[in-house]
Formats: sequence, structure tokens, C-alpha cells
Amino acid sequence: MWILNVVLSLPLLVIGLAVIGLIGARARATLAAGDDIRTLAALPKAHGTNAFLSVLIPAVSSFAALSLVRLFGQRQGVETMSARSVFWVVLTVAAIGCISAILRSSAGFRARVASEAWIKSLLITASTIAILTTVGIALSMLFEAIHFFRQYDWRDFFLSTDWSPNFRGNSALGILPLLWGTLYVSFVALTLAVPVGLFAAIYLSEYASPRMRGIAKPLIEILAGIPTIVYGLFALITIGPMLRDYFAQPLGLGDSASSVMTAGLVMGIMLIPFVSSLSDDTINAVPQAMRNGSLALGATRSETIRQVVIPSALPGIVGAVLLAASRAIGETMIVVLGAGAAARLSLNPFEAMTTVTVKIVSQLTGDTDFVSPETLVAFALGLTLFTVTLGLNVLALVIVRKYREHYE
Amino acid sequence: MTDVLNSLLVQDDRTRRRNAAEVRFHAYGLGAIGVAVLALVLLLTSVVSSGIGAFRQTYITLEIPLPEEKLDKSGRRDSAVMARVTTFGYAPLLRDALLATMAQKGLTTTLSDTDIAGIISKEAAATMRDHVLANPDLIGSTVTLDVLAEGRIDGYFKGRVTMESAELDGRTSPEALRIVQLLADVGVIETRFNWRFLTAPDASDQRPEAAGLGVAIFGSLYMMLVVLVLALPIGVATSIYLEEFAPRNRLSDLIEVNISNLAAVPSIVFGILGLAIFINFAGLRQSSPLVGGLVLTLMTLPTIIISTRAALKSVPPSIRDAALAVGASKMQSVFHHVLPPAAPGILTGTIIGLAQALGETAPLLLIGMVAFVRDYPAAFTAEAGLFGEAATALPVQVFNWTQRADPGFAERASGAIIMLLVFLLAMNTVAILLRRRFERRW
Repeated sequence: MWILNVVLSLPLLVIGLAVIGLIGARARATLAAGDDIRTLAALPKAHGTNAFLSVLIPAVSSFAALSLVRLFGQRQGVETMSARSVFWVVLTVAAIGCISAILRSSAGFRARVASEAWIKSLLITASTIAILTTVGIALSMLFEAIHFFRQYDWRDFFLSTDWSPNFRGNSALGILPLLWGTLYVSFVALTLAVPVGLFAAIYLSEYASPRMRGIAKPLIEILAGIPTIVYGLFALITIGPMLRDYFAQPLGLGDSASSVMTAGLVMGIMLIPFVSSLSDDTINAVPQAMRNGSLALGATRSETIRQVVIPSALPGIVGAVLLAASRAIGETMIVVLGAGAAARLSLNPFEAMTTVTVKIVSQLTGDTDFVSPETLVAFALGLTLFTVTLGLNVLALVIVRKYREHYE
Repeated sequence: MTDVLNSLLVQDDRTRRRNAAEVRFHAYGLGAIGVAVLALVLLLTSVVSSGIGAFRQTYITLEIPLPEEKLDKSGRRDSAVMARVTTFGYAPLLRDALLATMAQKGLTTTLSDTDIAGIISKEAAATMRDHVLANPDLIGSTVTLDVLAEGRIDGYFKGRVTMESAELDGRTSPEALRIVQLLADVGVIETRFNWRFLTAPDASDQRPEAAGLGVAIFGSLYMMLVVLVLALPIGVATSIYLEEFAPRNRLSDLIEVNISNLAAVPSIVFGILGLAIFINFAGLRQSSPLVGGLVLTLMTLPTIIISTRAALKSVPPSIRDAALAVGASKMQSVFHHVLPPAAPGILTGTIIGLAQALGETAPLLLIGMVAFVRDYPAAFTAEAGLFGEAATALPVQVFNWTQRADPGFAERASGAIIMLLVFLLAMNTVAILLRRRFERRW
């Protein structure tokens, strides 16, 4: 297998060249120094490092660039470049880097500056990965979503109340029932998480003794470290059956264990530490002098909290709630296991409903072909989800920045 | 009357109302803490109580004769020839051994032979076949083997299956339960610690008793390795650049806003990214630990970057200045003098990021990790490349098991959750210990 040989031997050859460069440049620098190493502009070590990096970095980046070109070519169905030519190009780049680095090393060459420029280029490359990720997310979803909207009318997608995919074609793919389910579950979750999280934060920062705080705060933080699949299982095997047996069936509201209520309550539990730790931070940022002033005027502690502390911490709290809402909308495993799969527009919270994320999972698991609208709709759903959560996050950030009071 | 109203010792209506409000407010706060702690306790007890059973397993100890004429007619002990005898050839041996044991202990029953065979797991024949193929010399002798009991029988000894539920169950009967109880009384059937749960691969829909976590733990381990190797250097490099070198301009502002936004993007979106870019565009293999690791890397990067930047920030500028003053370059001051004291903080952040990645499920579902995988994936094969073989992961295994009908799998899923939580607890403990041990205040 020639390809395999390339894959295996190319890194070895490049590293070999890099080591040769390292030794060669070092030796030349030592030679140029003669008896007195102080005549060198940089230590022999720096010459070595510079040569090593001048081989490695151009070789790796040329390999990455050429592979990308090949990949694009393959996707378009044209043969741009053979694996063999990639091999020779990369090897040539490495060899040129090796020879030029060795030749450049002389007494006057400031190798430390040169090698640090290489390192800095590495650091910059690493920090662009975050941007590339975002661009990748946006582009991948945008392209596939455009494919989808070529096959399926966007008005039907955004305005239809009927979701019934059919893998033989002729599906109805309206997002409204999914959005309704998402918002309903998130609403239930926030109704639980916001008051509980907020009061927990108030109690911990205003009332609790240091001992109590030392016990309760880590306990609540444990909730934040538990993976969502655990919450999902909890909804499936404990909360779901419990709600069905003690609430839904006696009240005659349905007999489904997976329901909006199940998913919403469990998601609410998941969000409690999120709301409480963010609110805790903003409440603690309110200066003590303001509390003291209020107490000195004769207000009780709860009056101080309600009329002084909360109003000044409000932007932070609103930001926390918005971030929690964005988490709730994007949460997947809890709703997959707890909310059900039936797309439905209903007000009954004990009925199974489904959400955007559940449908992304169900449309994309298994064999995906990237051609039919039933698969591609997941990307349109994903894009909607991404846009909404990004909007909420940015809004939270703006509110916090704009209305934050600066205390001295 | 008025003197009473104005006394400091007697509260007037308004003060009483205000004090009552104060007490109420205090109670709300305490109640909120109570709700949160109660939820935690309920969650943990529910998972542990339903999952602890997975760590115990019911075995039947049988003395099984291995007749040569059934298992190796040729008599040459050639493994290729012996392999022609399928598990169907082994199953009757197990049934006969159980019948013989029952006769020996003097147990009689109205059950048919087929129902008796149903007490033994279908997996047992396969296990026995593997055992015989690995040790051909055993043929002709009688071996004593501990074989798995069927899932319902196992459930009976763990209290999940009762006489009443067996009445309604097509796969077992009260009579079978009576027999196994008698067999347990004479010590043929025993429930003990279940190492197989931690080492065995997944099993098919009908055999919850045989399903294990081995392959899933392996897959998770591979992915954590990929995440560690990629996310740590990239995260640290990004943080160093942003914290120490980046000029304050539009670009670095953009990168910063970007990173904080990426931290809040729903995890499933990363799954869509992985599916579209790594699998559909780059043509990497579905459900491989490499793709899983790449997706989780992108997801954990923001966490690692944020904590690394905090660690770098906490190193006082005087240290940088001192290094620069004696002639170090900016790069040397960072790598030789700022990074070492920041290392514990970076490590702590990395471990917490890895713990997050370990529990993540949704993106892995999208890149095909739901596939049924029975073989331990190799780290490298010529055909699939590095970490290219199909694998599964702990949280995905949990999800898979929740999708199966047999109630035995609910117990397995909770058991897997316990393992997952144990791993997370261990990782977080290490992180806390590291922070305690090396934390320095300047």
C-alpha cells in the first residue's frame, strides 16, 4: 500500500530533516563562534531551534494546505493532485527549509528572534482555531440549510404547524410544533430554576453562615457537574413514571411518562446551579456599603435585599436568566429521554411533546444521505437553534455590559 | 391606649408585618437550598438504587461434560474444524448439564426441557464455545463452569422479577423461579460481584445479563486521549497568545467574544459541525473515536482557554518584568517564568474540561456513535488509521440501553451511570487536590 507508506514515512522523513537541520545549524554556529561564544548574536541552541522549526512548520502547513486542496478536489470530483506529488512537494519544502536554515546560521544571525517568530506564528494559528470553529459551524449549517430550502419551501418550514416526516418523500416539515415544544419545556424549566436558583443565591450570599455556605454551595455545584445524560435517565426512570402515576393519571390529563412536565422539571433542576452561581457572583459584587446604608436607615434585611441589592444586581441576574434560557433551548439529552417524540401543539403539560433538538437527533442518527429534505431539515433546525441561542447569549452579554453599575 | 401603641416593647401592626415578611423571605431562601439539595439526593439515590444491581450477577455453576463426538468429530483438535460447531451445538450440553445437576440434587419439576434451558443465558453457549476453542485440550473431559443465568432469573435474585410479575411474563414462569430458588438454596446458583459488567462488550436486545461496559470504557478512553493531546496544546497556545502577546485590536477582540460565545453554544451544534465537516466533507469514518475526539476537542477548547487565561492572569507582572530585566525575550519570560507557576491552574482547568467531555452525549449521537459495537476497537489499524475503528462511549452506551425494551437494560444503564459518575468524581477530586496542593497566592 503506497498511500500507507506515504502516510507513515512522510512524518519520519520530515522529522529526520528537522533533526538534521537542528544539528547542522548548531554545529555551524558553534564553529562560527570559535573560542569565544560571546561573538555570537544568539546561542547555538537558538540556531538549532530555529532550524528545527523552519523545517517543521512550513512542511506541516504545506501538507495541510495541499490536503485541503485535494479534499476540495475530491468533493468536486476532479483529481487535483496525486498523493505522490503531495509527498514530493512537502519533502521539498522541508529540505529547502533545512538547507536554508543551516546556511543562514552565522555569527551575526539573530536566531533567537527568528525562532521566536516561528513560535509566535504557532500561537497565532492556535488562536484562530476558535474563529475557524465558529465559521465552520455557521458555514456547514448554512450550506446544508440552503440545500434544504431549495427542495422545501421556507414558508412551509417556518409557518406550517404540521410535522410529519416521511422517508418515502412528501413530508410535512413545519417547525412550529417543535418550537412550541422547545419553548414550553424551557418555560417549565425556567419557572423552577429561576426562583429556586435566585433564592438559593440570595440565601447563600446574604443569610448563610460561612459554615452553611461551605456545605451548601459545593452541594449545589455538584448538580452542575452531572452530565445531562444522567438527568435524562433520571427523567426517564424516576420523574416520568412518578408524574404519570401521581399527577397525570389521577387528574385525567394523560398517561404518558414522557411529557413536557417531566423534561421541564428535570431540566429545571439542571439549571438551578447555573442560575444560582451566576446570580451569586453579581449579588456579591454589590458593595457592602450600600447594604449598610439601607440597614442604617432601619430597613430589615429582606427589605434591603429587595429594594437595594436586587435592583443593583438586576442586569447580572437578567443576564443569568437569559443564559439559562439559551441552555434550556439547546439542551438535548434530557428532552430526548424525557419529553417524547410526538410533534404536537398542545397546552397540556402532561402530554408528550417534542423539541427542535430531539428532531435534530432523530433526523440525523442512523444512515444519513445528505440528499433528502428529511435529513437536510436537521441542518435548518440546527441553524435556527444556533441563531436563537447565539442571539440570547449576545443579548445577555450586552445587557450585562451596558447596565452594569461600576462601583468603586 | 396610645401609650401602648408607641411602646418599643410592643410591636405595632406594621412592624409585625415587616418582621413576618422578613421571616418569610428567610424561609424562601432556606426552602430554595432545600429544594436543590433534595433534588441532588433524589437524583443520586434513584440512580444508585436502580443501578447497583448491575454490579452483581447471577451465575449457575455447572459440571459440563465435553464429548469429543459432538465437539470435534475428527479428533485432530484443529481449531478451524472445531469452529464449525456453532453455539447451537453447545447449547444442548448446557441444558443436559443443568438437568443432570437437578437430578443429582433430587429436584423435580413440571417444566419442559426447553424451559429448563431457558434458565441459562443464551450468551452462555457462546462463552463456553470460546472457552473450548481457546483450550481444545479440555475436550473429552468434564469442566466446571460458571455460566450466566438468564436476565429474568438474574432479576429475580435482585428483586426486579417477582412471582406475580413472572405470571404475566412470556419469558419466565413462577415454576422456573421456584426451581432456581431451590437451586440457589443448594448453592448451584449464586449471585456475586460482576466483573464482566466492566469488561464485557455490549450484548444483543435479548441478553441484558451479558451486556457490559468494556468497549464503551475503551472508546471513552480513546476519545479522552485525543481530546487531551489536541485540546491542551491548542488551548494553552491560544491563551498564551491572547493573554501575553495579542495587541488590543479588533481581531483579538473578535477572538475573545468568539470564545466566550462558543462556550455557550449548545453541544448538539458541535455534533452537526462534526457530521458536516469531519464525516461528510473530510471523509473520516463514522463513529470513530478520532471524529468523536475532534468534536469534543472543539467543545472543550473554550473551557480550557478560559481557565488557562485565568491561571496566566494570576501570575503577577513582577515575575515577567524580572525576567525581561535580566535579558530574557518576551517568549522566554512566558515559557520559562510565567507558564510553570500557572501549570497547576491550567491542569485543573484541563481536567474539568475533560470531565465535561467525558459526560457529553448529544454530539456523539450525530456522528454515528450509536452503532452496535461488539469488538474492542484497536488504536491503530492499517485500514482505518489512528483511532479510526468504530467505537462507542460510556454516555452513548447509556443512551443505547435506555432505548431497549427489556427492563434488565434499565438496570444496566443506571449501572453505567454509576461508573460514569465514579470516573467524574475521580477526575474532579484530582483537580481539587491539584489546586489545593499547588495553589499559590502572590
